[in-house]
Amino acid sequence: MGRKILFITTDQQRFDSLGCNGGSVARTPTIDRLAADGINYTRAHPQSVVCMPSRSTMITGQHVATHGVWMNGVPLPDEAPSIASTLHDVGYRTALIGKAHFEPFLDPFLRFVENQLGTSGDFSRDVNGHLHRGFDHMESASHGGMGSFHYARWLMQNHPEAIGMYYRVLDMTLQVNSSGGGDTAGPQVHHNAIPREWYHTEWVADRTIAWLDSLNANDDWFCWMSFPDPHHPWDPPQSELHRVNWRDLDLPENYPVDRTEREAILDAKPRHWRLWYEGEFVSNYEAPASWVPKTLTDDQVREINALTHIENELIDEAIARVLRTVAARGWADDVDIVFTTDHGELQGDYGLLFKGPQHVDSLMRLPLIWRPAPSAGVAPSTVTSPVGLVSLASTFAHIAGVPEPSYVEAHRLPTHDAEAPALGHERVLTEWDSVLFGKIVRLRTICRDGWVATACLPGTVHDGSEGELYDVSNDPLQRENLWNDPRLEGTKSDLLADMWDSLPSTASPRRECDAPV
Amino acid sequence: MWSLVGDPARLHEWFPTTATEVVGNKRWVSLASGLKFEEDIVTLDHDLRRFQYTIVNNAIVKSHLGTVDVIPDGDARCVVVYSTDADPEVMALMIAGAAGDGLERLKTTMEES
Repeated sequence: MGRKILFITTDQQRFDSLGCNGGSVARTPTIDRLAADGINYTRAHPQSVVCMPSRSTMITGQHVATHGVWMNGVPLPDEAPSIASTLHDVGYRTALIGKAHFEPFLDPFLRFVENQLGTSGDFSRDVNGHLHRGFDHMESASHGGMGSFHYARWLMQNHPEAIGMYYRVLDMTLQVNSSGGGDTAGPQVHHNAIPREWYHTEWVADRTIAWLDSLNANDDWFCWMSFPDPHHPWDPPQSELHRVNWRDLDLPENYPVDRTEREAILDAKPRHWRLWYEGEFVSNYEAPASWVPKTLTDDQVREINALTHIENELIDEAIARVLRTVAARGWADDVDIVFTTDHGELQGDYGLLFKGPQHVDSLMRLPLIWRPAPSAGVAPSTVTSPVGLVSLASTFAHIAGVPEPSYVEAHRLPTHDAEAPALGHERVLTEWDSVLFGKIVRLRTICRDGWVATACLPGTVHDGSEGELYDVSNDPLQRENLWNDPRLEGTKSDLLADMWDSLPSTASPRRECDAPV
Repeated sequence: MWSLVGDPARLHEWFPTTATEVVGNKRWVSLASGLKFEEDIVTLDHDLRRFQYTIVNNAIVKSHLGTVDVIPDGDARCVVVYSTDADPEVMALMIAGAAGDGLERLKTTMEES
């Protein structure tokens, strides 16, 4: 009998949202305890700051350039490697419960297996003789009550009146809805009348508990419990709004209240930042096309932050429920728990919301915690070395006692800083490629030695000469772009040279984008 | 190739749809998701080997034109081109994805026949 693995992900959660990482609003005692008992990574980055590429990196252990899912809407091929398959092959029971998103959500022709499973109510599918993604149980959910997901199916069968209680994510033009609600009319904000016990966070925990209860006591298992929150829309059950009163919240540290200061900060960054702020250049589908960031108000920032904190508290409490089941089954000493998210959220930083081609801590610095099984005897630590989600697959293999798979592109996560160099954790890389309806933005980023350098490759608004350089130690909010500082030309050149040496070459031909998300 | 592509009632034999019904210049296409598209057949030119259709009476699709051309390339080869204009533009992306699957299936079918 080996170590079991509970892999917990959220969607679009910031590093500073947790108590263990300095967060002071949302109460997250369960996750904080995992951090205290395990390894807390303070410089973990995704390899893409949007869902599908980032999640594809988690499951394949590959950079975006290799797995080829360069943007939302590009499906991960059925034949792509999967750490779940590797674990399944050595006898692990495997499940993914919650948000998968390796394949596009918008799928009217029902071409993709994830959506076929959610629509049919089946939990697994053999594709060309292989279990799809390596999971013998997939039970899906997303950010509302509609779509080709098991949660939507459950809601329709059991509580159809609740479907319309959620915010309508897309408008009638199939664009991300920009209409506002709540108390401040913020975009994607909504008071949701759904009872808490029907909300998707609770459902994900309920279904995880049900799957764990179906296992034999001596089964080895890998369970990916994937919460759709705190990704927008911001519509937690309104019964929970009492937890955080938005009127009591301070504005985020990186929200420049003064408009002149805010715009000066944006102007020091590559042009796509200010152009998006003005509503003139929307290059990411998930930022509502008709919403202009410049219109964001202080109170909207407060309310969106409050709702996010509430969603994070609900997640923490849902995790606690699952951990009680783990303990009740007698597995507590033998379960490794890894907690992370796929990317961050601007959440008011720089006067912006949502996400996009902004390679700064708001989107790139992620919570990542590995609480090794107590039976493994690994000492708690804080790891400050740069690491990436690309290391998750090899970490899971390591936990299971499986040789590092040949398909992965990064060694396992270090258990302490001294171990990091030998495992290659000196730098972490992030890519962005978008071609949304002809608007091309391409970024390549390296984080190393306390610096973050981003090269803007030629595209619709960049000629290849622009970029960003931040001294993260001295400028933690990344407000001062040092890209054009002649004193740092050597530093910049070294970083970029290392980045290009370290990035894998891009898979060719480029995969087709089959949907916007 | 044209005997298949140029028959509007045989769409489901190569495109990722579940059923096709044709009455006159009207076509109804059923999708696996449960959606059903009502379409007008705009062009069916057996000399040009061009088929054009448009989705109509749809709450989301404001305008649409799909065009399939079969272009001869020697005695035993041809090029099939599937192009789509749509408003909202998001719809074009999804139709294009499905068309990619359809064209792959056409290629496989013809190579195996």
